[in-house]
Amino acid sequence: MKSQKERFSTAEYVLFAAVTAAVLCFCVCVGSVTIPLKETVSIIRQALYARIGMLLGAPASLPEGTAASIILSVRLPRVLCVAATGASLSLAGAAMQGLLKNPLADGSTLGVSSGAALGAVTAIAFGITFPGLPFAGTMTAAVLSALVSLLIILGLAYKLDRSLSTNTIILIGMVFSMFVSSLMNIVITFAADKVQQITFWTMGSLQGKGYTEALILFGALAVFGGILFFHARELNAFAIGEDNARHIGVNVRRVRLVLLIAVSGLIGICVSVGGVIGFVGLVAPHILRMITGPNHRRLLPASAFGGATFLMLADLAARMLLRPRELNIGIVTSLAGAAVFLVVFWRAGRGK
Amino acid sequence: MMLEVKDLSVCYGSKKILDGLSFSVKEGQWLMIAGPNGAGKSTAINAIAGGVSYTGKILFEGEDIRRKKPAQLARCIGVLTQSHPVSYSFSVEEVVALGRYSHSTGFLSRRMEGKERADAVDAALNLTGMAERRRQSILTLSGGELQRTFLAQVFAQDPRLLLLDEPTNHLDLIYQKQVFGLIRDWLKTPGRAVISVIHDLSLARAYGTEILLMDHGTALAYGTAGEVLTPARLQEVYQMDVYGWMREMLSQWN
Repeated sequence: MKSQKERFSTAEYVLFAAVTAAVLCFCVCVGSVTIPLKETVSIIRQALYARIGMLLGAPASLPEGTAASIILSVRLPRVLCVAATGASLSLAGAAMQGLLKNPLADGSTLGVSSGAALGAVTAIAFGITFPGLPFAGTMTAAVLSALVSLLIILGLAYKLDRSLSTNTIILIGMVFSMFVSSLMNIVITFAADKVQQITFWTMGSLQGKGYTEALILFGALAVFGGILFFHARELNAFAIGEDNARHIGVNVRRVRLVLLIAVSGLIGICVSVGGVIGFVGLVAPHILRMITGPNHRRLLPASAFGGATFLMLADLAARMLLRPRELNIGIVTSLAGAAVFLVVFWRAGRGK
Repeated sequence: MMLEVKDLSVCYGSKKILDGLSFSVKEGQWLMIAGPNGAGKSTAINAIAGGVSYTGKILFEGEDIRRKKPAQLARCIGVLTQSHPVSYSFSVEEVVALGRYSHSTGFLSRRMEGKERADAVDAALNLTGMAERRRQSILTLSGGELQRTFLAQVFAQDPRLLLLDEPTNHLDLIYQKQVFGLIRDWLKTPGRAVISVIHDLSLARAYGTEILLMDHGTALAYGTAGEVLTPARLQEVYQMDVYGWMREMLSQWN
């Protein structure tokens, strides 16, 4: 019998965090040049001490050498970005699966990620920026268009099929994705000089990302992920059924809007930094639900750690499989995601 | 007066489902809403439960239910629907515990309600006979067990007025008897009332204190079973000899 604890215990937090940290260290060590774990840890520790020293005004120097520069300026920021993106997309997926009571819901299957990418691409093509904030233009556009996409998809779904059956939503998501990709091509014809930059958004990669991006991603994870954590009980109610949620006193309209905003924030910011990385929110929560059960008080924290771990490993595979060439991380996650999608679809179909 | 429904009208598009329905319910009453398919019975229940937009007035103890917050409304009115399409393997206990949602919506009150909540959940599980299955996944329950799980949830919710939409539609006889018995016991505590939509006129007669007969979105008759379910009126509503048919069926049992 599955364990039925209400919360994620401290021991479980420690265990999941330890696994995530171990995978993080591993991913930082391994690459075109593999650096021993001991050296990696000592470089990161030195760099941390030096940063803290600088903050306190003491003279300190950052570690130097080839290994140090590979780790500190290339791998560590990239892996941190990957971890934050994985956690965010996984949380967004878990929340949508609960909210819509649909185990196949995810940013990529519903077309929300494509919608966010369209926003980002439009901002790049037409040069929408805020002075002084280089990322803010694409980011705001991506978050807003993610939210608009979600509202359109759900609006259509409610109009067509009040019970929000699994298949209706997925079909609408597919149609919406196709619609968005044709819009994207129209935008691209208007901005032929930026094709290179734009193709990136449709593929997804976190190659060459720095600490600023990592900071933004972790910030979004803390804010929007925090909102989701705070609504774990309401998510449980939605996962049992929206009518039941209303009957037990959940403010269905308000909570749904808040959750959709949080989900859009997570997906929009991830897409604006790393492009469309599909199926993360499908794979990680699906596997973790088998361990923790469907209760969101346990599923959400587990999904955050699990998503980070999954995407770091996918990124490692993207870097290592066809060395010295590098795959786009989205290709790896889609390969894994397609398989999991079929498994979930198969089970959902058999259950009825 | 616990619940007053005044001139309730509901439209889906251009179709009028409810057309000026009025009735009221007092403490201790079990009102049975009967009538043919499409009479608007379930819509009336949904409107009282806050799930349908309507014109007219629905007052709970004199206060418009539209002015209550969802959690406030849930502490007054609980709902048990006829079916529960579930898709995740929550445990029976998790479903029942959610019944306490409206009693602890805030972060602080959630911490404070701990003991009271556990007691209410235990009591509801024991009452409905689901205590030994509390850790079982709801995906593995039979229809009757699932209905008792959601009955336990609404008992844990502890509303004053219970709305039932054909609560035993999919259940075999033993579960029908159990569920109606449990609700009759629940109603014995003062300050409570029940409204249920029902097709089976024998059940309505046996358990209801009042009967509201509806047709074409409005009330045809209201009163005790004897006053409402007259042969002439049933002939008019159902276009058949209900009394004759019932007698004929019962005569087979001797």
